[in-house]
Amino acid sequence: MSHSHNRRMPKPTDPLGPDWALVRPTVESDSRFWIVVACLLAGVSLGVSAYVYQVRTGLGVTGMNRPVYWGMYIINFVFFIGISHAGTLISAILRLAGAEWRRAITRSAEVITVMVIVFGVGNVIFDLGRPDRLLYVLKHGRLQSPLLWDVCSISVYLCCSTIYLYLPLIPDIAILRDQTNKRKWLYRMLALGWQGTERQYERLEKAMGFMMVLVIPVAVSVHTVVSFVFAMTVQPMWHAAIFGPYFVVGAIFSGIAALIIAMAIIRWAYHLEGYLKNIHFDYLGQLLLVMTLLWFYFTFSEYLTTWYGGEPVQLTVWWAKINGEYSGYFWTMVVCCFIVPMAILSRSKTRTVAGTVVVSIFITIGMWLERFIIVIPTIANPRLPIDRGLYHPTWVEWSMLVGCFSFFILLYVLFTRFFPIVSIWEIQEGRMNAKQDMLDRIDAYKVESPEPEADSGALAAALPAGGGGRQ
Amino acid sequence: MARWGMVIDLNRCTACQGCVTACHEENNVPPSNPKLGAQSRSIRWINMMPVYEDEYPHTKMSVLPVMCQQCEHPPCIKVCPVGATFFSESEGIVGQVYSRCIGCRYCTNACPYTVRQFNWFPPDVPETYEQGINPDVSVRYKGVVEKCTFCNHRLMKARDAAAFEGRDLRPGEYVPACVETCPTDAMVFGDLADPDSEVSKLSRSSRASRLLEDLGTEPKVYYLRVGSGK
Repeated sequence: MSHSHNRRMPKPTDPLGPDWALVRPTVESDSRFWIVVACLLAGVSLGVSAYVYQVRTGLGVTGMNRPVYWGMYIINFVFFIGISHAGTLISAILRLAGAEWRRAITRSAEVITVMVIVFGVGNVIFDLGRPDRLLYVLKHGRLQSPLLWDVCSISVYLCCSTIYLYLPLIPDIAILRDQTNKRKWLYRMLALGWQGTERQYERLEKAMGFMMVLVIPVAVSVHTVVSFVFAMTVQPMWHAAIFGPYFVVGAIFSGIAALIIAMAIIRWAYHLEGYLKNIHFDYLGQLLLVMTLLWFYFTFSEYLTTWYGGEPVQLTVWWAKINGEYSGYFWTMVVCCFIVPMAILSRSKTRTVAGTVVVSIFITIGMWLERFIIVIPTIANPRLPIDRGLYHPTWVEWSMLVGCFSFFILLYVLFTRFFPIVSIWEIQEGRMNAKQDMLDRIDAYKVESPEPEADSGALAAALPAGGGGRQ
Repeated sequence: MARWGMVIDLNRCTACQGCVTACHEENNVPPSNPKLGAQSRSIRWINMMPVYEDEYPHTKMSVLPVMCQQCEHPPCIKVCPVGATFFSESEGIVGQVYSRCIGCRYCTNACPYTVRQFNWFPPDVPETYEQGINPDVSVRYKGVVEKCTFCNHRLMKARDAAAFEGRDLRPGEYVPACVETCPTDAMVFGDLADPDSEVSKLSRSSRASRLLEDLGTEPKVYYLRVGSGK
C-alpha cells in the first residue's frame, strides 16, 4: 500500500479515551463471567467423562455399526473445520480488499479459526479405535491416503492462522503492557518490544501482508482436502468432482454464520455497540445472502446431476436422502440453509442484528445437518445388499458434541479475558488515517476533467456558441 | 509370482454355511450373540448375500458367500493412512496388520464390497472356545479392523514345509479353511497365474463373473452362475 499523505500510526502509550471499553474485559470481571465459566466447565467434564467411558469400553458405545462405520465424530470434524473458515479467510479477504469496515471484526473472526480447528482435529481422534496409536500417522504415514493430506493441510492451516492472529495482536499487547497492571510479564513477553515506531509498523505490515495472501490458498486447500476424504472413494454420492468447491462454499457459509453469532454475543456482553455496529451485521448479512445462493447453486447442481444420471446405486442413496430414512434431516437442512436465510436476508428491513443472528443459528444447525446428510446415507446404503444400516447417535456422541462446544466457547471467552477481542490499534489507525486514505484512493482513480486553460482557443472553436452541453 | 484365487460354483453351493463356521473356527472370529446381531455389529469374514433375479412369480434366488474379494487393485489399501493393510506383490493377497491399524475405519468405508469388519468391543470369547483358539492366528482386540486373509497363515505353513523339504509348493497344499470344509466342493482354490490349475480353468468358464467388475478392482474371487455350461 502506498500512501501519499502524512500518516500517523498509533503508539502503545497513546491515551485510550473511550477505547478503554475494549481493554476493560481484560482487567475487570464480574460474577456473570464466573457463572458462564462454571457452566462451560460442566459441559467440558460431561464430554471428558463420555470419552473416558468410550476409550474403556470400545467404540461400540456409539451409534455406529456395520456398515455405518463413520458417525457423529466425522460429521463434527467436517463441521468444525468448516466453521474455522470464518475467520482467517474472511478477515484475510476483507483486509486484502482494504474494506474499511473490517477493523472491528477481524480479530473475533481469527480467534474462531484458531480455536475451532483444535476441535475439528479432536473429533478425528475421538473417532479412532486406537487413539494410542495416533502418532503412527506421522511415523508410518503414507502420503497416498487422503487422511495424510488432511494432516498436512490442517497443520499448515493451524500454524498460518495462529501467526495471522498473533501478528496484528502485537501492538494491542503492547497497549496492555503499557496501560494496565495485570499479567505484565505475559504481555511484556508477547509484545516483543513493540514501541510503535515507523520501522516496526513497516515490518508488521509487510508480515501481515504476506500472511494474509498465504492464508487464503491454505484455507481453500483445507476444506477441499477434507472433501477429498469422501470424494476419493468410489462410493455412491461421495465420488463427485463437485465436492471440493462445494465444501469450501459450505465452510465459508457456516463460518460467517458462526462469526455473526460470536460478534452479537461479544457486543451484548461487553457493551461494544459503538464498535460492532448495526452496519457490520448488515454487511455480513449481505455476504451471507451471497453464500446462501452459492450454497443452493451447488446443492442443486449436485442433486440434479445425480438424479438425471439415474444410476441405481446413486439413486438408492439419493432417495434415502430425499424421501427415505434421512428425509427429515434433508428437508430441515433445506429450510435452515436456504428458505429461512432467503426470507430474512433478502430484505434490508429484516437484515438487522436480531435478524442476522436468527439466520446464523439456523444456518449453523443446517450446515451440521448437511454434513450428516453427506456422510451417513452413502455408507448406510452400500452397493452390495449384505448390510443396510441405520444410524442414530447415542448419549456418548451427543455428550462429546456438548463437550466440544463448551470447550470451544470456554477458550473463546478466556481469550477475550486476556486480549482485546476488537483490535484497538486498527480502530485508532482507522480514526487517524482512513478518511484521508479513502480520499487519496478516490483521487487516484478519478478521471481528470480537461483543463480549460490548456488549449482554450481550440476548445472554444470546437464548441457551438453557448458552451455546448445540455441546457 | 502366484495369484491366489477362488472360484465358487453356485450350481453346487447349498448355502449350508459350513464355510462360515469353518472360518470362525480357523481364524478365531468370536461367535456373535443376539445383542451384537441386533446392533448390526457381528463380525463375519464370510457373509451370505442373497441375490434376487426377475419379478414375482418368476423370482430366482441364489445365495453367494462373500468374503474379501482379494482385489488386484484394492480401494482399501489406497486410503489406509498408516499401511496397516497391504498388498503382497508375490502372492496377490491383501493382508491386515492388527498391530499397525489405528482404527480410523477409512478402509471399511472405501471398500465397495463392505467386507471389512471392525472390533467395536473387546472380543467376547466364550469359555468353551478358549481351548480351541488357533495359535497360528492372532486374536484381535477392540478398536482394529479385520477381514478375510485367504488364511494366509496356512500359506506360510505350507511354504515353510515345502522349503524344509527343498521343493516347490504343490497344488492343493495351501487351501483356506472354508474351501477345505465345503461339503459339496463348491469352492475351488488355487493359483490363477497357473493356466493349467483347476481354479484358473474354471475362472475362464462362460458362467464365471466377479462382483462389481465395472469398478476395476479386479477381484480374485469368481462366481459361477446357476445354470448349464462349463
